[in-house]
Amino acid sequence: MIIGERKPLKEIMEMVAECDNVIVAGCGTCVAVCLAGGEKQVRVIASALRLARKLRGKPIKVTEITVERQCEKEFIEEIKTLIPNHDAIISLACGIGVQTLTQHYPHTITYPGLNTTFMGAPAQHGVWMETCRSCGDCILDLTGGLCPIARCSKSLLNGPCGGSKNEKCEVNQDIDCVWQLIYKRLKQLNKLHLMREIMPARARGEKDNGFPRKIIREDAML
Amino acid sequence: MKITDFFDKNTFVLSSEIEPPKGTDIEKFINTAESLKNKVHFFNVTDQQGAVMHAGSLTGCTILKNKNMEPIFQLACRDRNRIALQSDLLSAAISGLENVLIITGDHPHLGDHPDARAVFDLDSVQLLQAASKLMEGTDMAGNNLNKAPSFCLGAAVNPGADNLDLELIKVEKKVRAGAKFFQTQAVFDPERFNDFMDRMKEFNTPVMAGIVILKSSKMARFMNEKIAGINVPEEIIKRMEKTEDKKNESVEIAASIIRNIRSRCQGIHFMPLGWDNLVPHILEKAGLTI
Ligand code: SF4
Ligand code: SF4
Repeated sequence: MIIGERKPLKEIMEMVAECDNVIVAGCGTCVAVCLAGGEKQVRVIASALRLARKLRGKPIKVTEITVERQCEKEFIEEIKTLIPNHDAIISLACGIGVQTLTQHYPHTITYPGLNTTFMGAPAQHGVWMETCRSCGDCILDLTGGLCPIARCSKSLLNGPCGGSKNEKCEVNQDIDCVWQLIYKRLKQLNKLHLMREIMPARARGEKDNGFPRKIIREDAML
Repeated sequence: MKITDFFDKNTFVLSSEIEPPKGTDIEKFINTAESLKNKVHFFNVTDQQGAVMHAGSLTGCTILKNKNMEPIFQLACRDRNRIALQSDLLSAAISGLENVLIITGDHPHLGDHPDARAVFDLDSVQLLQAASKLMEGTDMAGNNLNKAPSFCLGAAVNPGADNLDLELIKVEKKVRAGAKFFQTQAVFDPERFNDFMDRMKEFNTPVMAGIVILKSSKMARFMNEKIAGINVPEEIIKRMEKTEDKKNESVEIAASIIRNIRSRCQGIHFMPLGWDNLVPHILEKAGLTI
């Protein structure tokens, strides 16, 4: 899922400094699961905003709403009638939610309330880990199901760099060197031969080269 | 002159690392190199070592070449994509550089520009492959070159890697990708190095053992803790701790390591880290002249 982190309140306050009434819009999916943008966080941010603005002698009206998925038009339709009475929306969705709101409600400004950080999974309670970079050409079949593109700090494809120490990454001792994990996993699977193959340079082409990607499925089009 | 020509003649090859300046004054760089001229065969000119920004290896190499010293062009994958890397290889060839050491490079996070974007478009194995392909007359995309460069490609290896099996898989790939010689991470434990060399035999590729000049016991402990594959034995640390004359002790230590391993490898590669003026003393103590 998409992992996000709430922006500091100070930053959000600056964005809406000129506003008198705003919507804080949560998203009920990924960012709710990682405790950054669900119903509860909407409540927290809304009351913090109200309180802070009251203390500054410039009260603000805050409407709280959470939709199932901000990235889809069908779901954000729900807040359509609310929009005209507000100066701005603070979206507690990932950047995709913010842009979907922007696209559909172009007359009202939507501010990002989160920093969208990565795609990953919970490693344990309160810890999330990046595990995929959506490179467009998955090689997990060759690496024992562990992604060197997302999980090696240098995205190396042919084994560890010289910096791996105690199975940790040279960048930070908190990061597992994924190539050590891949080695162990392939050994366990009796597939070390996969590691002996030279993995060619990535053909990034249109798959992963900085320009916006698009998937067209004619069979799914209306 | 290609480094392999020396190995082929059974010459025990000596090289030393030298860092281009941070700034535009190259006097010290040149003086350091001059002081080791005729004492080592080759100079590895580093490429933003430790991800710390310096003048480039290419320019450093060219300067040495023009002064009749033999450089080894270090080329790291960190800062350039495949277009720039191949271009630099062509530029190197045009400048008459023949020896290239291909390395991954430290992560920018460890250097003096921690916010720099890391590139790593290619890894060291892929860059060796790309360089080999240039030598066959085409670039990575298969386009013809108007004239192919001719290099002797080298790579790095870590004899003290936690997982030697894994390290050797990578060595094997590097050899298949075109590596014709290896330079190692610092060696402090001759026994461990000998075991490593036993396992390197199958690749039939010359190995130059890395020698780091120790400056203090503190540095040794720091390296043990922070630097992959370096294991300075406690006994050596104690020697550095006790001594009144650090430089002299450091020379003794390096020379004795070299004496212990020289019959097992094909050369020595010094990483003096600023104490370049000690290299001649070490060579003398170890009985190595060129
Ligand atoms: S290889 Fe890694 S980054 Fe690419 S799709 Fe697979 S998991 Fe994601
Ligand atoms: S230590 Fe491992 S994870 Fe870190 S950059 Fe090197 S190979 Fe990648």
